[in-house]
Amino acid sequence: MSSTHYNPKRQPRLPLPSWLKGTLVTLASISVTMLGLLFVTFFIGRVMPIEPVLAVVGERATQEQYHAAYLELGLDKPLIVQFSYYVWDVLHGDFGMSLLTARPVSDDIGRVFPATMELATIGITIGIVLGVPLGVIAAVRRGSWIDQIARVVALVGYSMPIFWLGLMGLLLFYGVLGWVGGPGRQGIFYEDMIPSVTGMILVDSALARDWGAFRDAFSHIILPASLLGYYSLAYISRMTRSFMLEQLSAEYVTTARVKGMSEWAVVWRHAFRNIRVQLITVIALSYANLLEGSVLTEIIFSWPGIGNYLTTALLSADMNAVLGATVVVGLIFICLNIFSDLLYKIFDPRSK
Amino acid sequence: MSSQSLTLRQWLLTDTPTSRRQARFAALYKGWLSLRSNHMAMIGLAILVVLVGSAVFAPLLAPHDPFVQNLANRLQPLGTEGHILGTDSLGRDILSRMIYGSRITLYIVALVAMIAPVAGLLVGTVSGYAGGWTDIVLMRITDIFLAFPRLVLALAFVAALGAGIENAVLAISLTAWPPYARMARAETLTIRSSDYISAIRLQGAGPMRIITKHIWPLCISSLIVRVTLDMAGIILAAAGLGFLGLGAQPPSPEWGAMISEGRRFILDHWWIATMPGLAIFAVSLAFNLLGDGLRDVLDPKDSAS
Amino acid sequence: MSTLLDVDNLWVKFPTRNGIFDAVRGVSFSLGRERLGIVGESGSGKSLTGRAILRLIRNPGIVEAGHISLHGENLLDKSEKDMRAIRGEKISMVMQDPKFSLNPVMTVGDQIIEAYRLHAKASKSEAYKKSVEMLEAVAIRDPKRVMKAYPHEMSGGMGQRIMIAMMLIPNPEILIADEPTSALDVSVQGQVLSIMDKLVKDRGMGLLFISHDLNLVSQFCDRVLIMYSGRIVEVCDADKLHEAQHPYTKGLLGSLPKFDEPSDRLQVLTRDPAWRDAPSVEGRA
Repeated sequence: MSSTHYNPKRQPRLPLPSWLKGTLVTLASISVTMLGLLFVTFFIGRVMPIEPVLAVVGERATQEQYHAAYLELGLDKPLIVQFSYYVWDVLHGDFGMSLLTARPVSDDIGRVFPATMELATIGITIGIVLGVPLGVIAAVRRGSWIDQIARVVALVGYSMPIFWLGLMGLLLFYGVLGWVGGPGRQGIFYEDMIPSVTGMILVDSALARDWGAFRDAFSHIILPASLLGYYSLAYISRMTRSFMLEQLSAEYVTTARVKGMSEWAVVWRHAFRNIRVQLITVIALSYANLLEGSVLTEIIFSWPGIGNYLTTALLSADMNAVLGATVVVGLIFICLNIFSDLLYKIFDPRSK
Repeated sequence: MSSQSLTLRQWLLTDTPTSRRQARFAALYKGWLSLRSNHMAMIGLAILVVLVGSAVFAPLLAPHDPFVQNLANRLQPLGTEGHILGTDSLGRDILSRMIYGSRITLYIVALVAMIAPVAGLLVGTVSGYAGGWTDIVLMRITDIFLAFPRLVLALAFVAALGAGIENAVLAISLTAWPPYARMARAETLTIRSSDYISAIRLQGAGPMRIITKHIWPLCISSLIVRVTLDMAGIILAAAGLGFLGLGAQPPSPEWGAMISEGRRFILDHWWIATMPGLAIFAVSLAFNLLGDGLRDVLDPKDSAS
Repeated sequence: MSTLLDVDNLWVKFPTRNGIFDAVRGVSFSLGRERLGIVGESGSGKSLTGRAILRLIRNPGIVEAGHISLHGENLLDKSEKDMRAIRGEKISMVMQDPKFSLNPVMTVGDQIIEAYRLHAKASKSEAYKKSVEMLEAVAIRDPKRVMKAYPHEMSGGMGQRIMIAMMLIPNPEILIADEPTSALDVSVQGQVLSIMDKLVKDRGMGLLFISHDLNLVSQFCDRVLIMYSGRIVEVCDADKLHEAQHPYTKGLLGSLPKFDEPSDRLQVLTRDPAWRDAPSVEGRA
């Protein structure tokens, strides 16, 4: 038996291939971050309120309901046990019942989330399609009038309260000009006419080939989506510009010019290729920020998404719903980060 | 030539300062000169001076009491006699409310600026200097806070703490410190390994002394830039919380809350929501402009533009 | 000897906060099918001279000259589009550090093929074949593997040979080598230089060799221009460098250690402000 004697100080290194080890380390760090996220929400929901039970069952609960919830939350047990219950529940997709809708919070979130995603996705598309070229041109023509315009556009975007700009947009394009649909996702006429497949009305109405409903939904989404698009444009164009400036002063760009390449090819084939990886991170980050920006935008436009859900829950002290929505948004944040790290590894030859 | 015969300007611009104090003032003065040549930054500074002025002299400047209601005189448009910016749904003078609102904005900005950067600096320098497990644990915590969208986390905090200005400040601070910690840690790591820190250590300086006397002062300039630029975001977050009814409570003339009140009348009485929005925009723009200017002066290596 | 390139009264200026800074001040020289060295310390304007010939001085820099002519055609009169046909195809340049001068996210093969196909109407497979041949010519072993590799996987010496291959593949008449070996290990400097020398000689090209290393230039070139503070202070044949007259050149030579005349103390160069203001020496052969 002496040959298998265990010596804790000299553990043999696990004979794992390096990619597997890298994956394991990444997975471990992701789990720690997720656990931390759950701990923060647990702390906010169960430790900080003086009466966590009331926050869950509401103030009009009977003595029995109160007692049942007390036991269910495990408030008679030590904090660490309560936390493990909480993690267990969340891992099973159980965020408890919503006070307001009297339905499981997870069902509610599943219902409202597609609306937010539809909005944020169109927003980020606008931000990328306009922001990236604007940033590149501003860097190439540094100091020109187009650079100045890009600067002002970004500065205004950074400084404008999004909910106010939304109100102004609604006032101008809906109230005065009548170019777009008003608040909400659909006109009254089309409400509940489209069978829900993905939960995203533009997609669903296209699937159902109901082009009237599609046009209607489009006229409702275009204003809030442009608004979010403008915010991500401000950020994306600014970051693109500074990344490009860095690359354009790099020596390999001179090499490309020495070869006799046109300026256009130097910019897009050489310099731009080098910022793709950084851009992916920026885009992932601004997509995540759009989910956040959508909280205020959804309220202005009465958009039935997760931001609206979260705020309504907040105002009616529906703690389970608040925490559920917070956890989901946090998880999406983390997933976007992982996703951009992954793309980084794929696109950058130096990371292999 | 005695120092008395020098003008103050010459004393400040000398290439051969005779005391540490003179060198420090001279550096500040030169920074000010280069900031002054930046028109955008000066516009920003001017707006902030107006903000501070209107906050300090609110009772003198405001034509009306911001809380007095006059239902007979409600929803007056712009340019009404005695109410240049009109009145809101309860007949209160909008201009007066905006002037008093600058106090709340300033209060929030000042509090957050005192809490978040200091907390971040503390965590970041300790983490960077200590290294090892302390570093890993502190940075993990920082990452966890960074994993939340700021506004959503602030909302959750306010939900647990209850609505109100102080809780809004606390919630915003709790979400604002992690970037400062990251930044301070990065700076500490580069400073820590430099030769002059080794020299100080050889002279027997302890970690407390090194951190407070040698690392903090070097982090300050980039911190100031970052704080100034962040102020814009903080004002927007505070206004957002106010707009959602989770920050300052009515009848407080907080600008975000004023927009929220005006929202119901947006199509017919647009000015009620428009005016406070313009104020938020102006102040947040001012911080962005000033921050850009300060970055050029204090942190020339970062200014790409 | 036929003149390939003739530079007349070249100035490179940069506007700064304290007025205009003249980085290159009235330099004239010509280049035939020879190896011409430009030696100077950093800031002497030698690199800018090389870049000005290719018209690669970017805004806000200003280039002024009587003419910069290639085969009698003034490059300063050319449009940007015509200039692109000159760059790479007629005049090419190898830069200091292959770590920075090769695009990090493109494979070596793509970069060489691109250089070839910009000027030659060739199919992809032809360009590939030609690139492999060119890599063989710069003594790269296993060129097919290197074609697929990324620059960061190459050593400095290999990187610079790749750079030379890329710059010579369109068959230019003039190569400007801007400190081509300064970033390399001493052990591979000689190898890279001899490869470059052989290729330049075989193709009958003109070489403008820019360096701060007086010894290297004197061994490697036919003629040497010594630059100081934006001007040419002396022109020498490389083998007659020890006969140099100008105090700056003498000072540079004196500050180098010599095996045959060991001394306890090396000379320290003292600069005379008059050197700066003296008119430029003409560098035409």
